[in-house]
Amino acid sequence: MRVARVACAGAIHAAQPHQLADGRAGVRLTDGRMLAEDEVVWLPPLEVGTIIALGLNYAQRAKELAFSTPEEPLVFLKGPGTLLGHRGLTRRPAGVKFMHYECELAVIIGRSARGARRSDAMTHVAGYCIANDYAIRDYLENWYRPNLRVKNRDGATVLGPWLVDVADIPDPGNLGVRTYVNGKLTQQGNTRDLISDVPALIEYLSSFMTLTAGDVILTGTPEGTVNVDVGDEVVCEIDGLGRLRNTIVGDALFGR
Amino acid sequence: MPLGPCIAVRMDVPPYRLSGTVYGALLNHETSLQDLGDAIERPPYNGAPKAPVLYIKPRNTLAVDGEPIVVPPGVTELEIGASVGVVIGRPSCRLSAEHALEHVAGFLIVSDVSVPHRPYYRPSIPCKARDGFCPLGPRVAPRAAVPNPDALTIRVYVDGELKQTTTTSQLVRPVARLLADVTDFMTLSPGDVLAVGVASPAPRVRAGQRVRVEIDGLGRLENSFVDGAA
Repeated sequence: MRVARVACAGAIHAAQPHQLADGRAGVRLTDGRMLAEDEVVWLPPLEVGTIIALGLNYAQRAKELAFSTPEEPLVFLKGPGTLLGHRGLTRRPAGVKFMHYECELAVIIGRSARGARRSDAMTHVAGYCIANDYAIRDYLENWYRPNLRVKNRDGATVLGPWLVDVADIPDPGNLGVRTYVNGKLTQQGNTRDLISDVPALIEYLSSFMTLTAGDVILTGTPEGTVNVDVGDEVVCEIDGLGRLRNTIVGDALFGR
Repeated sequence: MPLGPCIAVRMDVPPYRLSGTVYGALLNHETSLQDLGDAIERPPYNGAPKAPVLYIKPRNTLAVDGEPIVVPPGVTELEIGASVGVVIGRPSCRLSAEHALEHVAGFLIVSDVSVPHRPYYRPSIPCKARDGFCPLGPRVAPRAAVPNPDALTIRVYVDGELKQTTTTSQLVRPVARLLADVTDFMTLSPGDVLAVGVASPAPRVRAGQRVRVEIDGLGRLENSFVDGAA
């Protein structure tokens, strides 16, 4: 099952995919209303708890950034202010040289986990969605890197479009991951190349912290992250999870 | 677990409870920079931070006054990063230092517990994000009751013995400046907490000990430390 959270006509609703009579892709709200994709405002598909992100979790990606593969998973955390829904707008500050997307498999925790073993790790997963976790490399500093100014910006962690039930994805370890900028394929990978796969991440994280329902693990991005500019349309796609769209906008929209 | 500690912290001013999001500022106390000395200029850092460097204490770390904190198996000592926590009262984006304090609901004690670690190159989540590693409280002192957040004395006692006396007058970025510089790149929301900076060297504790943090006007926060292997 795929469920989105959308705002429409004054309220927030659960919504499921629905093809409209005229053939357009749309949604059906729980109350029966059927609407086109662009007639609703897409929110992150769940009330998110702790956001846990992985860096350098694809070997080729580590190579691209000239890092050796980390001995222990490189984990960092993000705050709720960074979240954004499908079809949202992300600001690129004027004057920066390198802002890039990161298409990632996001794992949603459904049941508390503490000291989970690899063998039962998947019983703690509620489902998956796509994440596009932007970074602005101009702001990198070598303190708690990647520092929050790079990775914790308002509206720079796009999540959605749907929360896809765990049962619908038989093998999260074999999903194609792709990003298109203005329709052109710029990033391509597969979750089979994750250094720490989903069960390994749940085992590792829950070895030192309790994971709670609603916590989200962003599993890292493959190689192929390129700069994006104001006006670019960025689409992140993962097999079985849909397509997550986002548009880069400039400072003027924010009165800067 | 998640919102429990937030409700347990008494707060008699809007927004009346914490959001559960806690940020901390790294190296925002002069003594923490002094403690690193020349290492700041060498790899892996290659220079002092330019913008505020923040970390996040996730919801599993939140604990209340009186709650025992578990010392993880295999760890002998923990660091107590006593700090003033700013509680945000209004949505805060691109604040000016001049008006920043108007967005503050109040202040509380944050005891940022860590497994001692160096370097500070990577976020070291397993050292900072263990369950219970962020006791806070016991209450939020309204902003009006704290005339100058940049002149608060912090005292840390271990088993009743005074181990550290420090003051917010030595912050690299004073409270209003810090809020201005942080909200330049990220919005803070009502009920969010920003721990403004920890002094070095931070007192260390072992299982079986009790820690009490006192800050003028903010009360006292007391937690015992228990052996996780027991």
